[in-house]
Amino acid sequence: MNFSEVFKQSNQLCKVSPDGKYLATCVQYRLVVRDFNSLQIVHLYTCLDPVMHMEWSSDSLFILCAMYKRGLVQVWSLEQPDWHCKIDEGSIGLVSSRWSPDGRHILNTTEFNLRVTVWSLCTKAVSYIKYPKACQKGVDFTADGRYMALAERRECKDYISVFVCDDWHLLRHFESETQDLAGLEWSPNCCVLAVWDNCLEYKILLYSLDGRLLSSYSAYEWSLGIKSVAWSPSSQFLAVGSYDEKVRILNHITWKKITEFEHPATIINTKAVVFKEVEKRPVVGSEDLSIHQLTVDNSLFSTQSKYEITQLPAQVPVIKPDPDRANPKIGISALAFSADNRFLATKNDNMPQSLWVWDMQRLSLLAVLEQTAPVRCFVWDPRRPRLALCTGNTKVYLWSPAGCVSVNVPVEGSFQVQSLFWHCSGSSLVLLSKEHICLCYMEAEEEK
Amino acid sequence: MGDWWTPTMMPDPSLDTKELSSISGISMSPSRQNLHHSLHSTMALPKTSYSVLSAFCTEENISQCIAYINQEVCSLGLTGVSLESKSGSLSAVPVLNLLYEVLQLQRRAQRALHELETQQLKNGSDLEHLQHSNCRLKDQLEHTRRDNSGLHEGERQLQLKIKTLQNWLKSEKEEVQKLQSIISSRATQYNHDTKRKERECTKLKERLNQLLMDKRDKKLCESFQMSYFCILCLHLCSAIEISNHVGRSDGKRGLWKTGKMEARHEGEMYRALLSDYETRQRSLMMENSELKKVLQHMKKDMITILSPKKPCIKTEPANDSLEQAVSEGEEEIGDSSRETLEQSCEQAREQLTNSIRLQWRKLKSHMERLDSQASLVACQEREGEEMMSRKEHEEEMQRMRMELQQCKEFIHMQQQLLQQQLSSPCDEETAALLNDCYTLEEKERLKEEWRLFNEQKRNFEQERKNFTEAAIRLGHERKAFEEDRAAWLKTQFLNMTPFVDRKRPALSEPHSALSVGECP
Repeated sequence: MNFSEVFKQSNQLCKVSPDGKYLATCVQYRLVVRDFNSLQIVHLYTCLDPVMHMEWSSDSLFILCAMYKRGLVQVWSLEQPDWHCKIDEGSIGLVSSRWSPDGRHILNTTEFNLRVTVWSLCTKAVSYIKYPKACQKGVDFTADGRYMALAERRECKDYISVFVCDDWHLLRHFESETQDLAGLEWSPNCCVLAVWDNCLEYKILLYSLDGRLLSSYSAYEWSLGIKSVAWSPSSQFLAVGSYDEKVRILNHITWKKITEFEHPATIINTKAVVFKEVEKRPVVGSEDLSIHQLTVDNSLFSTQSKYEITQLPAQVPVIKPDPDRANPKIGISALAFSADNRFLATKNDNMPQSLWVWDMQRLSLLAVLEQTAPVRCFVWDPRRPRLALCTGNTKVYLWSPAGCVSVNVPVEGSFQVQSLFWHCSGSSLVLLSKEHICLCYMEAEEEK
Repeated sequence: MGDWWTPTMMPDPSLDTKELSSISGISMSPSRQNLHHSLHSTMALPKTSYSVLSAFCTEENISQCIAYINQEVCSLGLTGVSLESKSGSLSAVPVLNLLYEVLQLQRRAQRALHELETQQLKNGSDLEHLQHSNCRLKDQLEHTRRDNSGLHEGERQLQLKIKTLQNWLKSEKEEVQKLQSIISSRATQYNHDTKRKERECTKLKERLNQLLMDKRDKKLCESFQMSYFCILCLHLCSAIEISNHVGRSDGKRGLWKTGKMEARHEGEMYRALLSDYETRQRSLMMENSELKKVLQHMKKDMITILSPKKPCIKTEPANDSLEQAVSEGEEEIGDSSRETLEQSCEQAREQLTNSIRLQWRKLKSHMERLDSQASLVACQEREGEEMMSRKEHEEEMQRMRMELQQCKEFIHMQQQLLQQQLSSPCDEETAALLNDCYTLEEKERLKEEWRLFNEQKRNFEQERKNFTEAAIRLGHERKAFEEDRAAWLKTQFLNMTPFVDRKRPALSEPHSALSVGECP
């Protein structure tokens, strides 16, 4: 594994272009576009305000930079660096901004979710969508980019509007049977829309593309309900993570639960492997403590760590959440399927240092990774069954069915990995710390 | 034992008062003293028994005694004795007969008594036994009564516990229901409140929107008024500033929004849905056909299993079912060809599943029957040949044990020999040494013997030498002696002349012999 040098960034704004050729980072006002392989700066743009959100268009030709405070969106072109575009929402304010899947329209959500404005880069047409719902995930585009689902709320009732992204024609508008819609997500095959209620009620609804209700699933009443939802890449499974620390898997034929994954504090399942991260501090002799050594050789302060396999039954460290606070830190907050549909990684909020990996073929627990610090971010390799995670320290951790490895980021000073993401080819990782980024190039051979 | 006859009927004055008193003494419980006293008193009588008899019958009262005896005997049912008046004495035969009968009676009585005694003993022991068992049973009864009462007590307590738990459970359930109703009522209340707040919020949003729109319009109007030529997009309203419009991503021109477009969109949507359904249906069909194939195979296998392979079949009912199965199987094999044609037909599908179920049931029952038969046969075998086989079995076992023992011993011996064999040649040095030491021993012994032998030889030599020396000496001495003798004789002979003084007459006579001898 090779590590590149460190570059500056702000606001964790660093995105790779969809075609994988360029890496765009925002440093305060500036937008820096580099070639991904050579990391040479290709373009440099200056915005009017510190950039809050940056996004590549789907054809990798344009980048939008949103500055919410000023209500501005600036769009830059890679082909024509002179081309410029500025969208000013004025006093109506700007809360979020995103591209449409065709890369030619920008959807701006105004303050107080008053409306969604659809600005076109091709024509002078402007569309307004009224009453969008302010929720966790109110807008979703299909994977093929043809349709957009938008959650709306009128007269204390939830509605879902399906738009054709070509011309923003309203295809369907139907009422949703949720009490208070919290999110919606299209299935990867673009035919089913999963809609879930907010945590006060456990309800997940499945609508077909034309607005018919296919099925509804509710596991239990009264207790806090759904916390996270994920579709499997083949659309076969829908994983629903809830506050009761369980993940329920629904199948796409009957939309009934086929299994549920529990996250117990004691792991007894003998087929699972528990990897525990163990830190070992290097022993320092007194003669090593020279100033030179301290400044240059940061390995003195960075602790090496490795994974050890714990004997079963194993105890998972649990942090009991405060029962009096809202949005308790309990339940499955993050779910991710691997690209080949074979694995599911879950994180239970009251076991923040552990990451659970499930085998979807056998529908059983495969591995548990116990870290020394709470897991901040985990992402699957888009090509292979390989999981990268970080816990906010100077290491990046990789898990694959062959085993797992912890790699220290060999950067001067300490590089605390706050988040990471894969390059679309799966050959490199982009690590983000508070102010910097670092690229990690994977080697072709398998790790330990 | 009968009444003692007290001679009060026949007071015989001739009887001595002493004798009477003796009788009376005997008639009372005869204590030893009395008996002795009577013995002493009747010193004339030698035996005790006789004393009793003599007391009863005397020379004088024979007839009365006979009469009495006859009376008694008659009462007992025996023949009496008669008195031969001629001689005035009893004939011995009837008396002996009577005596014998009396003895017989006595024996019978004794036997009866003995029996009664044994019976009595038996009854006594039975009674004892019964008493013991009675006691034991009473104790047992007591014990079980106590246990029973204990168990009752326990049961009662458990019942109480159950009741309390049930009550507790009921109360908990009620509480849960109460809480649930509270939750639901609160939920409705909250919903209502949130709806109200939401309505307020939307009103505010609308207002805000309106105000902003108004502001924008006002500003636009103002700006329009301000500058006739340039319509400035002021900062307050939302606007897009773009250097030049970009072409569409797919390169085509934008189309007008018309009804046709709408229809086209609908059509596209439905097409997308349909294609998805079609793919799903295709995959399901494939799965279905695969499963059907598997079921068909299973059915064929089951039919072949159930069809009779061997000519002998165990029981009648099994036979019938098998035949039935075979006939049905044949039918169904014919059907299967039809089935493959009408795969999607629901009837065919039902038929397949039904036939599979039927076959499966038959197979199950067949298996059960086989199982029971096997167990029965096993039982029968075990029972029938138990007697024979056990003996044989035992003999066999014995024989085998013996053989085993022999073999073991043989092996042991072999092993020992082998061990010896192995142990001796393996250490050649030690063996050589051992050999050497054996020969050494022999050598030593031989040496010793040689030594002895030599010693003895020397001794013998010595002795022989001595003997030869002695013999030589002896020869010498003999020679000397002979010479002396000869000399003496000579002298004698010479001294034998007449002209010898008569001084030596004595010498002449013995010499004469000598001289005679010596004179050649």
